[in-house]
Amino acid sequence: MELDYGLTEEQQMMKEVAREVAEKKLRPIAAEYDEKNEFPEELVSIFAESDLCGVYIPDEYGGSAGGTPTMNQCVVVEELSRACGGMSLAFAATGLGTLPIIISGSEEQKKKYLPDIAAGKRMAAFAITEANAGSDAAAVETVAVRDGDDYVLNGTKQWITNGGVADVYTVIAMTDKKKGARGASAFVVEKGTPGFEFGKKEDKLGIRASSTRELVFQDCRIPAENMLGKPGRGFMTAMGTFDASRPGVGAQAVGIAAGALDLAVNYSCTRRQFGKPVAANQGLGFMLADMAMRVEAARALVYATARFVDMKKGRATKYSAMSKCFASDMAMKVTVDAVQVFGGYGYMREYPVEKYMRDAKITQIYEGTNQIQRDEIAKALIKEAAGRSS
Amino acid sequence: MAKLRITDACTGCSACVKACPYDGIEVVEALARFNEKCNWCGTCREACPFEAIVEEQEPAAAGPAVDLAAYRDVWVFGEQRAGQLASVVFELVGEGRKLADARSQDLVVVVLGSGMEEACNALLADYPVDRVIYVEGGELETFEAEAYGKVFSSLVRERKPETVLAGATSAGRSFLSRVAVEVRTGLTADCTGLDVDDSGQLVQTRPAFGGNIMAQILCPNYRPQMSTVRPHVMKPPAAGSGKGGTLEKVVPDAANLASRAKILEFIAEVEDTINIAEADIIVSGGRGLGGPENFKLVEDLARALGGAVGSSRAAVDAGWKAYSHQVGQTGKTVCPKLYIACGISGAVQHLVGMQSSDVIVAINRDPDAPIFKIATYGIVGDLKEVVPMLTSKILARKGH
Amino acid sequence: MRIAVCIKQVPDTTEVRMDPEKGTLVREGVESIVNPFDTYALEEGVRLKEAHGGEVVAVTMGPPQAEAALRECVSVGADEVVLVSDRAFAGSDTWATSYTLAAALKQVGFDLIICGKQAIDGDTAQVGPGMAVHLDLPQATYVRKVREVTAERLVVERLLEEGVEVMELPLPAMITVVKEINEPRLPSLKGKMRARKAEIRTITAGELDLPAGDLGLDGSPTRVMKIFAPAPREGGEVFEGEPEETTGKILSVLEKEGLV
Repeated sequence: MELDYGLTEEQQMMKEVAREVAEKKLRPIAAEYDEKNEFPEELVSIFAESDLCGVYIPDEYGGSAGGTPTMNQCVVVEELSRACGGMSLAFAATGLGTLPIIISGSEEQKKKYLPDIAAGKRMAAFAITEANAGSDAAAVETVAVRDGDDYVLNGTKQWITNGGVADVYTVIAMTDKKKGARGASAFVVEKGTPGFEFGKKEDKLGIRASSTRELVFQDCRIPAENMLGKPGRGFMTAMGTFDASRPGVGAQAVGIAAGALDLAVNYSCTRRQFGKPVAANQGLGFMLADMAMRVEAARALVYATARFVDMKKGRATKYSAMSKCFASDMAMKVTVDAVQVFGGYGYMREYPVEKYMRDAKITQIYEGTNQIQRDEIAKALIKEAAGRSS
Repeated sequence: MAKLRITDACTGCSACVKACPYDGIEVVEALARFNEKCNWCGTCREACPFEAIVEEQEPAAAGPAVDLAAYRDVWVFGEQRAGQLASVVFELVGEGRKLADARSQDLVVVVLGSGMEEACNALLADYPVDRVIYVEGGELETFEAEAYGKVFSSLVRERKPETVLAGATSAGRSFLSRVAVEVRTGLTADCTGLDVDDSGQLVQTRPAFGGNIMAQILCPNYRPQMSTVRPHVMKPPAAGSGKGGTLEKVVPDAANLASRAKILEFIAEVEDTINIAEADIIVSGGRGLGGPENFKLVEDLARALGGAVGSSRAAVDAGWKAYSHQVGQTGKTVCPKLYIACGISGAVQHLVGMQSSDVIVAINRDPDAPIFKIATYGIVGDLKEVVPMLTSKILARKGH
Repeated sequence: MRIAVCIKQVPDTTEVRMDPEKGTLVREGVESIVNPFDTYALEEGVRLKEAHGGEVVAVTMGPPQAEAALRECVSVGADEVVLVSDRAFAGSDTWATSYTLAAALKQVGFDLIICGKQAIDGDTAQVGPGMAVHLDLPQATYVRKVREVTAERLVVERLLEEGVEVMELPLPAMITVVKEINEPRLPSLKGKMRARKAEIRTITAGELDLPAGDLGLDGSPTRVMKIFAPAPREGGEVFEGEPEETTGKILSVLEKEGLV
């Protein structure tokens, strides 16, 4: 029996479909692609056939958001992540790459890109990070220079999820360096555009089935209509994107932790030492109990935040940051504990649990490190206090 | 089974509800009652501690639908391919003889085919068969369900056997199902036990629910009583027990030979990728193999035996073998003639997938491994020594 | 092409067990599922429809709860679904089931009937061929591949014990399929949404207008007298000692059993 988070019938169906896909299609191939450090090509058709690709895309563009895109996405990402955090990322990162179009795109741009993404025909990726611009996102050095009816992009993006496999890239580039944070704009760049190449696939600790690559722009010429929103609004678009996507990272972390918890509980009930299952030892039982509480608390926070984002009543930054930070810190702790529950077998690559520990780590780092998240939360708290006292 | 009713001995204890496999009974206001999901299987009647569920009196109209006394003799379908009788036929002769003797009736083997006279005479010479009816026709040389069904049904209607047995092979099952409808009688599939009860009726015992349950079936009001019988369960009689039985050749009615389905070709195949669920022999490896490279030992043994390779969940989860080989609760359920478990401890989740195998051989270095509790034979030892040695002995026996 | 697929809702039999002491079925939390072989039949029907046009009708004879199984069929591509249900059908053996279903199928209409090889509760594999006779159809059982299909005929490969038989049948016809034939698709989100709204056509005994004596328990020539637990599997002989010795012993028992 699971806690009832008030899912609608449609959300319940999304969850069931995602769970079946995770168990029947993702889980059987997870270890292989983690070992090979390869992106599973079949993922594209697996996701497309499930009809899940459009759960966060508005209905009028072929999606099934039904007014609750963030909650839908979180439900699906959590289920997929239980089987593999790397493959679920391929799904979630497309969502991240598509959000700028939904948030800042014109009607024409939405009609042009969203239907194919909703149908699972095209994947997307979001590109802001660079070698010198990580937490300090405003230090972006990739430039987009206006030339007639085009913009010309030059620069290199680093560690872009779905790099090379996505067709649609939403890229943050500087259009007016003098204006600092207000000088960046968001663009759509399609794979295959001359001057747009990919660097090597990174060799990562975890989420190895996910394709992480550099994007190299060398005199890459794109039509001016590819700008999303107004010039200088790039960081606003990025912030809005993160507010909506961070609960998704939280959901991914919850899924990874939940998957590890299941493995740990099952193992501890079958592994026998001293004539009884190791779960019969209170010390271990307490560990499992703490893990279970952490997972459920994080899940509750993620879903409450997702709902809040969808209600659009106000800026969700504080809660988005909380859901991402809490869930990912929790997932790291739970997966490390899961390895501990497995004992020596937990340390062996042959057993599935150590992968969950490796996969969990990234959730504390990307889409804003947990230090940045705490910064956001603190700033929001102080602002609220200042607002009350004046 | 019969229609049931609930008497006032019912206390509403709900033992019946827990036992019902179909959710067909519920307790409302402390009284049990059947709902529309009930199919009269009678399991609740067995489960009731107060004997509050009884059979409904059968209305007088329900009695034999045919003149039972007009039917006699035990028939065995003489399945053949390429001029040879199938091995299951001899098993059925062994069983059929016992049933015929219990009924003081004849045992008749019915062969449909072409060029089978020699095989029929050999059967009569060596086995306790009273008669062989041989329906000869060029069109009957190769089995086809519709033609065989019509020919056999016509013979059944004419000669009225009391009992008909066939091997539960692809041929036997597919055509006898047609006969059962053509002559309007009962057919029980895949029997593992046959007996004659005190009233002379054939009691047919067979597995259901994937082998988790055994059922006893009767065909009280219709004739013939028909069964397909699981191969390799009954014992053939010793050769040399011929009774000097007679051969009767029958010319089939041409109208019955016309079949709409046409056989275009037959391809004898030995597949590389045998679907383990259909394999007769499976050799499986588990965590005890120690590493993926040791699966080679399992594969070699499987190849030597002509079987398929299976895996426990632990080995699949560890990535040593693809999921299609997984046997167990979350993998495939298999019921081969021989299951050899190498380095598999016998966790309940694995056992559920293979415990109905006919012969289970377990190889494990832990003498307390649970798998030895259900294995027909076991070897306690290091599989890295035992498995290759067994493989080479088998290959030597097969002459390689 | 109008393809009728017969499905059955069954208990997940890997979970159903008998309590050998009490002699009763233990059914705690056993799920009802679409008979696994039928999911392959349905997938084949949907693939044939996608390739050649037409519609797939999923038909089941069962109690009202079988509706859930029919909705699952919609979620993986069935266009129409029919529930043949009536208290009068309860207790049907394979004769009565094939008789009732055949009558329903006459009303539903079809060019081809596809069934799964057998149901995992009854394990008989008899209803498909039984229906074929009631409907006077040619049949092909154990089909592992449909090679060709036109409006008039079907060419199939049958998986037999010793090899593969290639058969041609005129339509209309009945085939039963094995798991080698395809890989059933998972329900998609759109499929599940369609399933929720799907209209289920019901056919009752009254609409079939068949003699009551031929339906349900009364129409069934076979009767289940008793259900009991199979003898629990017991451990046999365990050989210990030098591999040379133990493997020799195993080889001789395997030879005796006719397995080598």
